[in-house]
Amino acid sequence: MSAMRTTKKAPAETADEAAVRKAIASTSRPPRANALSTALTFGWRGMLKVKHVPEQLLDVTITPVMFVVMFTYLFGGAIAGSTGAYLDYLLPGILVMSVLFTTVYSGVALNTDLTKGVVDRFRSLPIWRPSPLVGSLLGDSVRYVIAGSVIILVGVILGFRPDAGVPGTVAALGLVVVFAFGLSWVFTTLGLILRTPNAVMNAGFMGIFPVTFLSNVFVPPSTLPPILEGFVNVNPISTLATASRGLMGGNAQASDIVIVLAVAAVMTAVFAPLTTRLYRRG
Amino acid sequence: MTAEHSLAIEATGLMKSFGETRAVDGVDLVVRRGSVYGMLGPNGAGKTTTIRMLATLIRPDAGSALVLGHDIVEESDAVRAAVSLTGQLASVDEDLTGRENLILIGRLLGLKRPSAKARANELLEAFGLAEAANRLVKNYSGGMRRRLDIAASIVVTPELMFLDEPTSGLDPRSRNQVWGIIRALVAGGTTILLCTQYLEEADQLADGIAVIDQGKVIAEGTPGQLKASIGSGALRVRLLDPAQRPQAQQILDRELGDITLEPDPAALSASCPDTDRAAEAVAQLSRSGVRIADFSLSQPSLDEVFLALTGHPAEEVPSEKSDPIEEGQPV
Repeated sequence: MSAMRTTKKAPAETADEAAVRKAIASTSRPPRANALSTALTFGWRGMLKVKHVPEQLLDVTITPVMFVVMFTYLFGGAIAGSTGAYLDYLLPGILVMSVLFTTVYSGVALNTDLTKGVVDRFRSLPIWRPSPLVGSLLGDSVRYVIAGSVIILVGVILGFRPDAGVPGTVAALGLVVVFAFGLSWVFTTLGLILRTPNAVMNAGFMGIFPVTFLSNVFVPPSTLPPILEGFVNVNPISTLATASRGLMGGNAQASDIVIVLAVAAVMTAVFAPLTTRLYRRG
Repeated sequence: MTAEHSLAIEATGLMKSFGETRAVDGVDLVVRRGSVYGMLGPNGAGKTTTIRMLATLIRPDAGSALVLGHDIVEESDAVRAAVSLTGQLASVDEDLTGRENLILIGRLLGLKRPSAKARANELLEAFGLAEAANRLVKNYSGGMRRRLDIAASIVVTPELMFLDEPTSGLDPRSRNQVWGIIRALVAGGTTILLCTQYLEEADQLADGIAVIDQGKVIAEGTPGQLKASIGSGALRVRLLDPAQRPQAQQILDRELGDITLEPDPAALSASCPDTDRAAEAVAQLSRSGVRIADFSLSQPSLDEVFLALTGHPAEEVPSEKSDPIEEGQPV
């Protein structure tokens, strides 16, 4: 009987009490990490997730890539007279769409965190309290850059040659990412209000999908019925697409860029504090 | 050091409601520094909510508490700087590796990158996770996840640690490992507030226990006092010959009382206030020629504790569906 009870200790797979005791004794409390450092650490966490769960990025990149290819060849001739001309019009718009779709995942990721209890640990740490949120969105911004770059690359392969060259394209991508940073606060708020990651995903796309389509991303609004045309013209996503086209084409209106930055600032100013407050309350 | 500061936790009249449900209804706690204090109660009793208030994750509706001398509402930052929390849901990031989890916490607590890495490796080694260090946590077993969780809580050794049901859902071997880690923490001088549903766990680890039911502390004392106040465990005897059961029943009824005849025709049990009386009863059976196959003594279960203290069994209070994290549901 005693032979049966004896369990052999496998030292590599069990906690070693003496080592645990030593590990406890050997620390002293370091000075408190500053806000920038903790935010960047959370950004690093976001990057690691891209590395470990690349599917997420893939999901949101594939659809826009399909759109570029299909729409260019399907509608190019009908809408713009040639596929090349349509690609010049469409690509900056698809860039906007693909990056904005990615922002929904910021809310989904936050909601996933909440359902898994890791947020409890973050909230019990002595850190600048919004840093998990700001950090994740900084990390997400890198994903936006990746998603946007993929689209531009596909465009170049299909023959897209922007007049303003690399600097204009980089500026357009930068503007889209800044706008996306602002918009993602809307989805993090949603991520804290809704119950499940799936609900955030559904509600998020239910919002972003029509708003993106009812813009000038795919077609110039002049052919639309007047009411729709009115909406499309005031839709900030239209302004963002127009500004991106302008930056890539070398004929951007300063007023468009200012409007885009202002809308991003307003979204951040309203939804960042809201997100932070909801997050704090748990 | 003032007398006040020899206390790790001093809570008075803590209250918290979620909607209509009063999760915590006036909890008082006094926990000395360097001790292990157990909060014992069924699911939904308010243990998790109490811990979350003390760890500054939620604000109490009423009442106040000092944690390591700091007010949990007014000085929540100072509290957070000195405590760490191991939640009921393992509070680690499943999409990262074990090592990345520990480096992340180290960096957030202000360690420079090389020290955070060194510390992560030291802890992985100590907790027997070195081989799994580069695996994603979602592929860890329950026991490994718990160990990582506790390791994450001591990346910088806290003065006070909250452990919320650290062994729920673990197999006996993993449970023993976690207990070993907790003992090592205590030996290192960390104060621990431990929530548990298992009397045995509180008995094994805690110096003091508060029994919690429906948001209130209904009994408090050392494990010994508590068990004595509840009285008895049970002596279970299994006979070689089922035909002798009536005879055994008679003897045990005289010696101990409160006999239960078990479905097994050769087995019966009797309530048993202490081991001496049990030994005497077994000896009596033996002297009377009743042949015993085996016998065992069991401690009162949490159910019996509750029955004794409240007059009702430890029912699970249905917790708020809308707040799975707030009100600690079983995973």
